[in-house]
Amino acid sequence: MNPQRFPFTRETSLFVLAYLYVPVVVLIAYSFNANRTATVWTHASLDWYGRILVNPSIQSAAWNSLVIAVSAATAATVLALLAALATRRAFLGCGASEAILNMPLILPEIAVAVATLLLFVSLGVKLGLGAMVAAHTAFCIPFAYLPIRARLDGISGTYEEAAHDLYANRFRTFRRVTMPLLWPGVMAGFTLAFVTSLDDFLTSFFLAGPGLTTLPVYIFSAIRAGITPEINAISAVMLVVSVLLVSLSFFLGRLRR
Amino acid sequence: MTQASSPPAVSIRNVAKSFGKGIYAFRVLDDVSLDIGRREFFTLLGPSGCGKTTLLRLIAGFETADSGAISIEGEDVTARPPFHRPVNTVFQSYALFPHLTVEQNVAFALEEQGMARDAIRKRVGEALEMMRMGSFAKRKPAELSGGQQQRVALARALAPRPRVLLLDEPLSALDLKLRKEMQIELKMLQEEAGITFLFVTHDQEEALTLSDRVAVMQSGRILQMGPPREIYETPTHRFVADFIGDINLLDGEALPGGGVRLEGGTVLSAPHNASGKVTVAIRPERARLAPAGEGALEATVVHSAYLGTAMLHKLDLPGGGTFLLRQSDPTEAAPEAGSRVGLALPAEALRVLDR
Ligand SMILES: Nc1ncnc2c1ncn2[C@@H]1O[C@H](COP(=O)(O)OP(=O)(O)O)[C@@H](O)[C@H]1O
Ligand SMILES: [Mg+2]
Repeated sequence: MNPQRFPFTRETSLFVLAYLYVPVVVLIAYSFNANRTATVWTHASLDWYGRILVNPSIQSAAWNSLVIAVSAATAATVLALLAALATRRAFLGCGASEAILNMPLILPEIAVAVATLLLFVSLGVKLGLGAMVAAHTAFCIPFAYLPIRARLDGISGTYEEAAHDLYANRFRTFRRVTMPLLWPGVMAGFTLAFVTSLDDFLTSFFLAGPGLTTLPVYIFSAIRAGITPEINAISAVMLVVSVLLVSLSFFLGRLRR
Repeated sequence: MTQASSPPAVSIRNVAKSFGKGIYAFRVLDDVSLDIGRREFFTLLGPSGCGKTTLLRLIAGFETADSGAISIEGEDVTARPPFHRPVNTVFQSYALFPHLTVEQNVAFALEEQGMARDAIRKRVGEALEMMRMGSFAKRKPAELSGGQQQRVALARALAPRPRVLLLDEPLSALDLKLRKEMQIELKMLQEEAGITFLFVTHDQEEALTLSDRVAVMQSGRILQMGPPREIYETPTHRFVADFIGDINLLDGEALPGGGVRLEGGTVLSAPHNASGKVTVAIRPERARLAPAGEGALEATVVHSAYLGTAMLHKLDLPGGGTFLLRQSDPTEAAPEAGSRVGLALPAEALRVLDR
C-alpha cells in the first residue's frame, strides 16, 4: 500500500498495531517488575521467572500441558495426514468430509466442551489426562490438516508418476518421494496443533477432573486470587513459546522443498 | 528396423481410450495400432490435443486403455502397473525429484531394482558422464539450468537401460539454439545407446529431422505412418500434407479415368483412382515457372522473397487463393511483382487426396 496515496494510512496502521500489542508489551514489561503488586512498577528483576521455575504446582501444570499438547498434536497430525491423503483424489462426499474435518474451526468451543463433558460423563469415561488428550486431538485436527493439505496440493502428481516409472511401487514411492516432499507441511501442521493445544483453556477446564491442571487452567485459578507478577511471567513464557512455534510453522510451510 | 524373427519393441493393438463418463465421455484415442521396431527412433507427431501424450502414458502405464493390448518386446504389459514395465519416461516437465541431488535422482531406479551399491555408483557415473553432467552430481535440480535439468532427466531415464525410452516433447521448454543442439545430441545418444526411442512432438521439422519413422496423428487416430521422406513426399491425407511443411492445396473434382477439374474449371492431368471431391497437393519446390500462357495454371506474382539458397514466390491464382513456388536457383531470372506467369505442375509431383 502506498502511504502517499491514502491519507492517514500510517497513523491507522500504528493505531491498530498499538491496539493489538500494547497489552502484550505491558504484560511482558511487568513480568520483569520487582514489586509484589503486579501493577506498581519499582525496578527491573528476574525474580518472578526464578520463582515460576521452582514452583511445584506450576511445574506440574506445565508438565501436564506439555504431555497433552505432544500427545494430542501427534495424534491429530497422523489423522490429518491420513485425511489429507484420502481426500486427495476427489470422491463422492469428499467435500463433505473436508467440511466435517474443519468443523472445530467454526463450532463454538464452549458448546463442544460442554457436549464432550456430557458425553464422557454419560459414557462413564474417567475425566483427566486421557479424556483431555482425546478432546484436544479432535479440535487440533483442522490445524494440522490445513498446512498438510496445502503442501500436498503443491506437490505435482508427476513426481509420483516419475517414481513409479523408475520402478518404485506405491509404498516405496510414498516413502521416498511423497513423504519427504510433504514433510515440511507435516511439521508445520504438528507445530500449529501443538500451540493450539497448549493454549487451550475451555476444553481443559471442563475435562480436567479433580487435581489436574494445565498452565492456562492454573493461570485462571491463580488470577482469581489476584494478579501476581508470577502470572505475568508464566504468560510471557507461554507467549514467547507460542510465537516462536507459530513462526517456525510458518517458515516450514513456506520452505521451498 | 524391425527384424522379422524377434517381436517388435512396442506393439499396440486396437487401443482405445476415453476420458469422462456417460454423456461427458470424450474419446481421446480411437482404435490405434502400431508396431515400433527395435532400436528405432519412432515419432508421434500431431497438433496439440490429438492424443500423443495419452498414448505415451498408456505405454508407460500411467493410464489404462479401455480396450486393446500393449506389448513390449513380445510381453503383454497391458495389465501391468508402471513400475513393472521395462520402459522409462523423460517427462515434459522433467519431474526431477527436488529433494534429491542429481546423483540420487539418477540412482533412484537402480536402487529400486536392487542393484549392488558399487554397481550403482559405477552406472550413475557413466550415465552422468554420457550426458556431460559429471561435475554436477552433488547439486540439487533447482540449482541447474533448463538444459542441464534436461540432461539429468535423460541420464535418469537411461541409467536403468530400459527397452524403450519414452520422450514427451522433451525439448519444448528449451530455447531454439539449445533445442537444435539437443536434437543432434538425442539422435547420437539413441544410436549410441541402441535403445528404442518413442518420441512425441508437435514440431514437424523436429519429427522429420530425428526420426526413422513418423506417425502423424489427428483427433486420436493415426493418419499415416512411415519414414519422413514418405510422409513428406507422398502424404495420404489432406491433413498430413497440410501439417507437414509448406504445400499448395487446390480443391477440385476427380474425373473418371484420371485428371482433376479444379474449382476454376482448369483440368489438371494427375494420376489417381479417387472419385468425387478431391484436393490436389503440390510442394512449392516441385512447381516450376513457365512463360505466361504456358503451363497448367495462370497466376499473378504478388511478392518474391530472396532466401539465399532459393527464391520464394507468392502468387495469386485467378480463381482466388494463393500459391507458393520455390525457385531453387536464385540466380535464374525472377518475374517482377505484378507480372503474369504460367505454372508448370509435373504430373509426378501432384498428389490427389480425398477431401
Ligand atoms: N486426464 C484427463 N482427463 C480428461 N481429459 C483428458 C485427460 N488427459 C487428456 N485429456 C484430453 O485428451 C485430449 C488429448 O490429450 P493429450 O494426449 O494430452 O494430447 P497431446 O499430448 O497430443 O497434446 C485433450 O483433449 C485433453 O484435453
Ligand atoms: Mg502432450
